[in-house]
Amino acid sequence: MPLSEFTFGLGILDAIATSPGYRVVTNNFVYFLGGAWYTIFITALSIAMGMVLGLFAGLAKLSKNKIIYGLSTAYIDFFRGTPLFVQIFLLYFGVLPLIYDNDPLSSAIIALGLNSGAYIAEILRAGIQAIDKGQMEAARSLGMNERQAMIYVILPQAFKVVIPPLINEFIALLKDSSLVSAITVAELMHRGDLVFANTYQATWVFGTIAMMYLVITKTIALLGDYTERRLATE
Amino acid sequence: MIKVVDVHKSFGKLHVLKGINFNVSPREVVCVIGPSGSGKSTLLRCINQLEQVNEGRIYIDGEELTHPKTDINAIRQQVGMVFQLFNLFPHKTTLQNITMAPIKIKGVDKEQAYEQARELLRKVGLMDKADVYPGNLSGGQKQRVAIARALAMQPKVMLFDEPTSALDPEMVGEVLAVMKDLATEGMTMVVVTHEMGFAREVGDRVVFMDEGLIVEEGLPAQIFDNPKNVRTQLFLSKVL
Repeated sequence: MPLSEFTFGLGILDAIATSPGYRVVTNNFVYFLGGAWYTIFITALSIAMGMVLGLFAGLAKLSKNKIIYGLSTAYIDFFRGTPLFVQIFLLYFGVLPLIYDNDPLSSAIIALGLNSGAYIAEILRAGIQAIDKGQMEAARSLGMNERQAMIYVILPQAFKVVIPPLINEFIALLKDSSLVSAITVAELMHRGDLVFANTYQATWVFGTIAMMYLVITKTIALLGDYTERRLATE
Repeated sequence: MIKVVDVHKSFGKLHVLKGINFNVSPREVVCVIGPSGSGKSTLLRCINQLEQVNEGRIYIDGEELTHPKTDINAIRQQVGMVFQLFNLFPHKTTLQNITMAPIKIKGVDKEQAYEQARELLRKVGLMDKADVYPGNLSGGQKQRVAIARALAMQPKVMLFDEPTSALDPEMVGEVLAVMKDLATEGMTMVVVTHEMGFAREVGDRVVFMDEGLIVEEGLPAQIFDNPKNVRTQLFLSKVL
């Protein structure tokens, strides 16, 4: 390799390392990592809440009881049919202060949990309905009541069917959690925003943030693939 | 053992069972034959209440299961059912398919349930398939597992809903052989089937249904060799 090319290559690295944007990123890297951790934490709690809500709302959507069905339909319609951004503001500034002395973090988790619960409900309902009718009949013919048949036969199979759409939902929720930066929760996007406001290094700062989101979402996708493979029975 | 009194069943405007009276004695093997849409499967499904009757009463071992206060789950534990499409639980291994109901419903000890399941697998000739998932079994093997699964609840009666209709022809024999063994052991069985050879050989009695009614019933030899009703004659002339 001619020496001139070699020094040219070093020159680029040198230029990067001494650029102000690079400095901003390295100086704030741990701060960003802390934000990423916050993002994961918020998303995980929201998913946990969304799964519980979604399971109940999804089962309620299959109920023959008109009131139960109506309540769950209203819940799902509202949270799927209005923007998450609006829901976050409505809950943080409007509804939750009436219920308790709310802080940004808990409000964010509640908003994201309620929102994801609506989507997860539809995913689970579809998953349950995708299971062949004969499975319920076989379980009932063995003497199981409806609840036992659900728990031991239908839900485990439905769970397998819904892994891909659930993973989609988890990834969407993780990305959407950036919206709670608007109510000052110090998650990844919020920290990027603060650093950007001080440095104006948009490409460096948001490029780094984007990469961090990407690493997390890719990890979730890989975990989903792994779970799917582990549950494969053929 | 089973007593069906004047049972009517409709699906919407479709009147499927139009007054069925039907008895099965202990240790008896009754084969129900008839053209498609005659109500054979519906009758069988009514007997363990997978379908609810519109009119009439059904008794099993003296207990009326069409009575609203009857605990249907308790009765179903005593009535084994084998389906045309097997309906094995695909997320469970063969052994788990067989042991699920005894463990979860009856609270049988795990080890004991597994022991019993292995015994049943030996009986249906599938000892080597204990840890295999249903997806990796052939149709005939699936149906034999399904029979073992039903037997694990130690039922007093076994209902078979066209158990060989979804099988490749070369697999029909292995399933019928298991059913024949079961009959020999004295199990009370009601078999909806298109296998006339099986009905003739194993059945104690053959019931011919058409258009929601029992048209003719009697000993297999009598039905197959000397059918009295015109519709029975017509049906048998087509299938035999």
